[in-house]
Parts: sequence; C-alpha cells; structure tokens
Amino acid sequence: MSTTERFIPDRLQSPLATRLKSWESLLLLVAIAIFIANSFASPYFLNAWSLSDATFNFTEKAMIAFAMALLIISGEIDLSVASIIALASTAMGAALQLGAGTPVLILVGLGTGLLCGAFNGVLVTRLGLPSIVVTIGTMSLFRGISYIVLGDQAFRGYPADFAFFGQGYVFWVVSFEFVLFVLLAIIYSVVLHRTNFGRTVYAIGNNPTGALFSGIRVARVKFILFLLTGLMAGVASICLTSRLGSTRPSIATGLELEVVTMVVLGGVNILGGSGTIPGVFIAAFVMGLVTFGLGLLNVPGIVMSIVIGALLIGVIALPRLWAMWRK
Amino acid sequence: MARNAAAPVSPAGAPEPILALDAITKTFPGVKALSEVRLGLYPGQVTALIGENGAGKSTVVKILTGIYQPDGGAIRVNGQAVTFATAQDAADAGVTAIHQETVLFDELSVAENIFLGHAPRNRFGLIDWSTMERKAREILRGVGAEIEPSHKLRDLGIANKHLVAIARALSIDASVVIMDEPTAALSHKEIQELYELVDKLKAQGKAILFISHKFDEIFRIADRFTVFRDGQFVGDGHISDVTESDLVKMMVGRDVSQIFPTRNSQIGEEILQVAGYDHPTEFADIGFTLRRGEILGFYGLVGAGRSELMQALFGITTPPKGVTKIDGTVRVIRSPADAIHNGVVYVPEDRGKQGAITALPIFQNVTLPSLSKTSHRGFLRLAEEFKLAREYTRRLDLRAASLDTELGTLSGGNQQKVVIAKWLATQPKVIILDEPTKGIDIGSKAAVHEFMAELAAQGLAVIMVSSEIPEILGMSDRVIVMREGRIAAELAGDDLSPETLVRHAAGI
Repeated sequence: MSTTERFIPDRLQSPLATRLKSWESLLLLVAIAIFIANSFASPYFLNAWSLSDATFNFTEKAMIAFAMALLIISGEIDLSVASIIALASTAMGAALQLGAGTPVLILVGLGTGLLCGAFNGVLVTRLGLPSIVVTIGTMSLFRGISYIVLGDQAFRGYPADFAFFGQGYVFWVVSFEFVLFVLLAIIYSVVLHRTNFGRTVYAIGNNPTGALFSGIRVARVKFILFLLTGLMAGVASICLTSRLGSTRPSIATGLELEVVTMVVLGGVNILGGSGTIPGVFIAAFVMGLVTFGLGLLNVPGIVMSIVIGALLIGVIALPRLWAMWRK
Repeated sequence: MARNAAAPVSPAGAPEPILALDAITKTFPGVKALSEVRLGLYPGQVTALIGENGAGKSTVVKILTGIYQPDGGAIRVNGQAVTFATAQDAADAGVTAIHQETVLFDELSVAENIFLGHAPRNRFGLIDWSTMERKAREILRGVGAEIEPSHKLRDLGIANKHLVAIARALSIDASVVIMDEPTAALSHKEIQELYELVDKLKAQGKAILFISHKFDEIFRIADRFTVFRDGQFVGDGHISDVTESDLVKMMVGRDVSQIFPTRNSQIGEEILQVAGYDHPTEFADIGFTLRRGEILGFYGLVGAGRSELMQALFGITTPPKGVTKIDGTVRVIRSPADAIHNGVVYVPEDRGKQGAITALPIFQNVTLPSLSKTSHRGFLRLAEEFKLAREYTRRLDLRAASLDTELGTLSGGNQQKVVIAKWLATQPKVIILDEPTKGIDIGSKAAVHEFMAELAAQGLAVIMVSSEIPEILGMSDRVIVMREGRIAAELAGDDLSPETLVRHAAGI
C-alpha cells in the first residue's frame, strides 16, 4: 500500500478558538447588552434584591430546560412538562390532604414526575410513536387529571418548612432555587459534555440508525432522557408549588413553550444533534433579564411574549443574516 | 494501440458525433475538475466513460445535462456549438440522463411519474390524462416493461420502479441517453434486461453514454470508450481494440499487475457456528460455520436475504429461532451491543445511514463503540480517544485534514476506512463486511481488499457479502450462495467459478 506514513493532526484549531467563535459567545454578548440596557432603563434594576427576584423568572423553567436540551439533542421532545408540573402539584396537594409531611410531599412530587416521564418514554420507545404527538396527548391527559381532581378548587395549607424550596434563601440574596439551578447546570453540563452517556445522546440525535448499528442502546438512552425530563418537571413542580403556596389545575399553563424557547435560544438544534448546556444556561439569563427589564418598565405580559418571540427569531436569524451579508 | 485510437478509426461511413465536447474545462474553487477534456457520442453506439472516482465523470454528466456550465471549450450538437444554460436547454437538445437514484414519487401514478413536469396538455391547458396514459404505455412497452400506467408507483417492486425511471428519461424524445451507473442496484436478471434495453435504444439510433465501474459490463455493452484521469482526457477508441488491463492501465496511470492480493492466511479453529436460523419472511433454515483466518463469501442476487441474515447475526433483527455459538459457547445476541460484546461486528452496506454518523468528527466515529475502553468510570477521556483514533486510522491509511474533521466532509472511500477503523478498534473476532467496496474507486477498492487479506492473515474471521463475482472469487476461501432466503450451495476450491455462482444464485 502506501509507503509514506501519513500524519493526521488531532485538531486544526485550539478548543479555545472554537469556543470563542461559538454560539455561546454571541449569546453571552447579547446577555451583557441586555443587562446594560436594563440598568439604564430603570433605576431599580441594579439592586441586589431586585436582581435576586428576577432570577425566579427563569430558574424553574431552566431546571426543565437542561433535561429538555438533552432530549431535543437526541431528536425527541416533551411538550407535556407543564402538565407534569400540574399533575405533580395536584398529587402533592392530595397527599397533603391525607396528612403527609414535607419529606413525603417531596417524594410524591418527584415520583409523579418520574412516572409521567416513564409513561411518555414507554409510549415513544416501546411503541415507536413520535414524541411530539405522544406528548401533545399526555399534555392534555396529565392536566386533565388535575382538573378532574380539583375542578375549580385549590389545595392550600402547605407546611411552613415546605416553603423553603420556593421562597427560601441559602445565603443573603441567593435563593435556594438559584443555587439548585446552578448545581443542575453543572451536573447536566458534565453529563452531556464529559460522559459516555452524553456522547451517545449526540450520536443518536445525529443518526439514530447509525447509533444503533454502533452498538448504542438507543431505546434505553431515550427512555432515560424522558425519565430525566419528567423528574426535572417534578423538581420544578416542588419549587413552583412551594413558591405559590397553593395548587390550582391551571398552574404553569404554557410553560412548556417557554422551556422549548429557552433551549432553542441556547443554540440547541430543534431537529436534534447539536447544542450545549452552557448555551441553555446563558439563554436562561437572557430570557429572565428581558422579562424582568420589561416588567420594571411596566410592559404588559402580552407584549412580553411578543418580545420573547421576536428575540428568539432575531437571535436565530442573526448568524444566517451575517453569513448572507458577507456573501 | 488504444492511446493512438483518438482519431476516429473510421469504418465505412463513420458517422459524425451527435454530441461532442471539445476542450471543456471546469474549475471549482481550489480544484480543476476538468481540464480540456473531449468526448464524442455517436448515433447507435454506446460509449463507456471510464475513470476512478474523482476523475471528472460526474462533472461531465452535469455539464451535459445543463446543471454546470463549463468555464472553457465548446459543446457541439450535430457540429453546431451550443450552450446548455439550464437543465431545460439540455433536455430540449435531446439529452436525457438516467441517474443512480432518480427521484420518483410513491404516491403518484406511473404515468404521472413518467411525465412529471412535461405532461401533455389539452386545449384548455389542463393535463390530457388519456394521451398521457397512452404515451406512457407506449414508452413502457418500448423498454419491455409490463406495467399498468395508472397504478400507483408505491405498488411496484424495486426493479419495476427502475424501469419507470428509465421510461421517464426516455419520455422526452432524446437522441442522447446518459446512464450513470445504471446497474448499481440491480440483480443479475435485471441487468440482463437492461442490456436488452440498451440494445433496443442503439437500434433506434440513440447515442448512449454509459458510466460504470464494472469491466464485464463495459465489455459486454460498449462500442467505444473514453478514459479520464484526474480531470484530464487520457484516451479513447473502440472497445474491440483494447483489453481490460489496457483500460486499467489508462485509468490508474500505472500497471496493476494483480487486482486481488495473494492470500496466505492460516485457517484456524472454528470460531462461529450458526444453526437453525429462521425468519418469518427473509430467510429460513440457515446454518454455517466460520474459522479463524478465513474469508467466507456470501453471494446471491439482490433480495436473496444476505443482508437480512447478517443483520440478524448482528442483533439488529432477532431471529425467532436459531442458535449462535461463538468459540463453542452459545451466545444470545439480541442487540448490536450484545454482538459487539461477543466480538461480532458488522460494516453495513448503507454507509451514510447505518455505518457512519457523518455530522460527528472522525475520532468520535471511531471511538463510538469503544467508549467503554477509552473512558474511565463513564467519563470521557479525549486524550485516549485521539490515541485510539490515531492508531486505527493510520493502519487504514486514512486521508483527512485532522481527526476532529466532520466525517461527512471526507470522500466515500475515506469514510469507509473510518467505518472499518471504528470496528477494528473494538478488537473483534468476527467482522462482517456487507458490500465493502460498493461505489468506491479502484484505488480504494484495492486498499480495502488488501486490508481484508491482512486481517484474515492476523487470524480474524471475515464474512464478506458481495454481489460482484470477481470480488467474491478473488477474495473468498469459501463461498455460500443464497437464493430466496435459503442456502443454495456452499462452494470451495475447484467448484468456484462464475458459472457455478450464477447457476446456484439463479436456481438454474
């Protein structure tokens, strides 16, 4: 065959150079710009407590968004997460009526999330149904159960120590939710970017058949991702229920779209195959800062959703417009 | 001598070419795809265009069909210089192409597929359905196909779909027909039918450009040949004036003394035993054994169940019945993960879909099935991954800019090397190669063959599924012929000949 030994370098570009040119860097610039704009727009913005309050705009959504990012990278999606929050909250409320204390409430919340995730996962991986259809179905199903149980009533009277998860502060202005958000960001970042499991998620998202032929247990990985997403919805349900102090069947309505928006804004390809947790982490701040800034300016909620929508399209179109401009 | 045959050796009344390319040049950013090449297509004659991958054959096809415009030179139709600014211009000039994979529409009728985009119209400008069906029937009869034009395409088998694609190409009244690897997906019988069709087209006075990697086809069907190498014209002439080795010499620019490597492997003990494999639809009653250092060929027509059997062995489809013994112990293989764990790996035929994950970098493709070895407690170790990827890509003489290059940017032959490297990195006992050299050029083919011989010599047991008789005969120690999902024959030594293979495969 060939007589000359051919040398192929590992990389042509240093990892740092790749990182500097990335989507995450662009998003970070956007976040900083919004931060500066906000500080000019309202004198109340640059205040430790108001900034701390602002984090509640995104912490619960972001917890789900981390797991959702993995799920979307693998080529699936879960649109039932807001309904899982409702069902988990309802289950906790029901347990409360039966006299459960805080530890049991936590277990009920997490357990409901896991069960819902398992249900979605079985339908998708065992029956081979498309996840977008399955989870649109379970979106109605899970919330429907909440409505049957509660009607127009609400569960109230959660114990005082349960309030810590949504209202407690770990240190000065740093809330428990914010700490949990940062911890989960680190954990999911490590799982996706530093483990074999994370690598298989990318492989599946890029080519499920090729991944199967490479010996990856595709169905098992996808099932685990549905479980994780359900679990995260359970965690978010605990935080949200604790923060609101009550359960209504309409809790967290429409939140699934904000979660998906956050994931896509973070640079995850909606068709699967690419994206990072740091991207989603920054996107959470971008969305939180925008909503908070508009809130300080007394912009009504409906206008806010217009701004978020425009932001999403704008940020996604930006690189493409840039490429067209240079041509 | 072939090289001097460039000036047409005129038999009595040698016709002028219908279509001629004269000093055509085409440059892409950084690459000169064609450099002053010429090509002549004559009425009633088949011209074979021969060259390795990258020689410029597909660029020529795209220029002839108006998809690319040349940077220099002239296209002449009946001696007149023309420009094909669009695909429509080329079609209007009577040039049509039958591609490897013509896009057809399952949900439309056969007639609609044939006339899509140029359906006959009535005086109101609406589609004239009865004329369309009548014409479709005529064209289909012309290609020897018994297909009802009103049937939906999805109800047709693969072979008939192919005939519809050919009918579509002929539905414009073409004087020049380009066939780009038309037999790549066809079985032996269908290829024979295609030859008859080509003979019919010749009799109608059409000029045919025939592109193929297979010499037996070229010698069976072509009247003339033109050879390109690296975007340059090398020679042309009458096929009757040359031998296969003349053509190979012109293609590669050197002597290829022997196409298949000499094998000197020690055949060792039995490593794989398969018994009683049964599948409800694809295959039945399969049993065979495989030894260390052996290359076992699987021959058969397309659809004989070879790939399905191999995929069952690899755990993609679990056979409802059957026993797999590896090293004498019964193993249950329910998934590819089980198969890999037991040392059985499979290089699939469909590289793009099954073999490679083209959007991931080279090194990640190589390490994907070996992550448990390169990682530590489930955490990735990039340094180990690069080390493994470096080692195995070097063994296969991979050509790439860097190991973190996206796999999809490599050529087909190099992608195949990465896929093979990926499986060797798992240190398997049995490697199954499904059509390992399909669609790759002669140079890469020889490299893959040589490498297979080397693997067998190192004691690996190799199963090679192939539809190319020379490859089967040149590489295998033993051959199993499958027909309609069953083992039709097991051949070795003096029993191995093209005739016996074809006879058993076709059941004659």
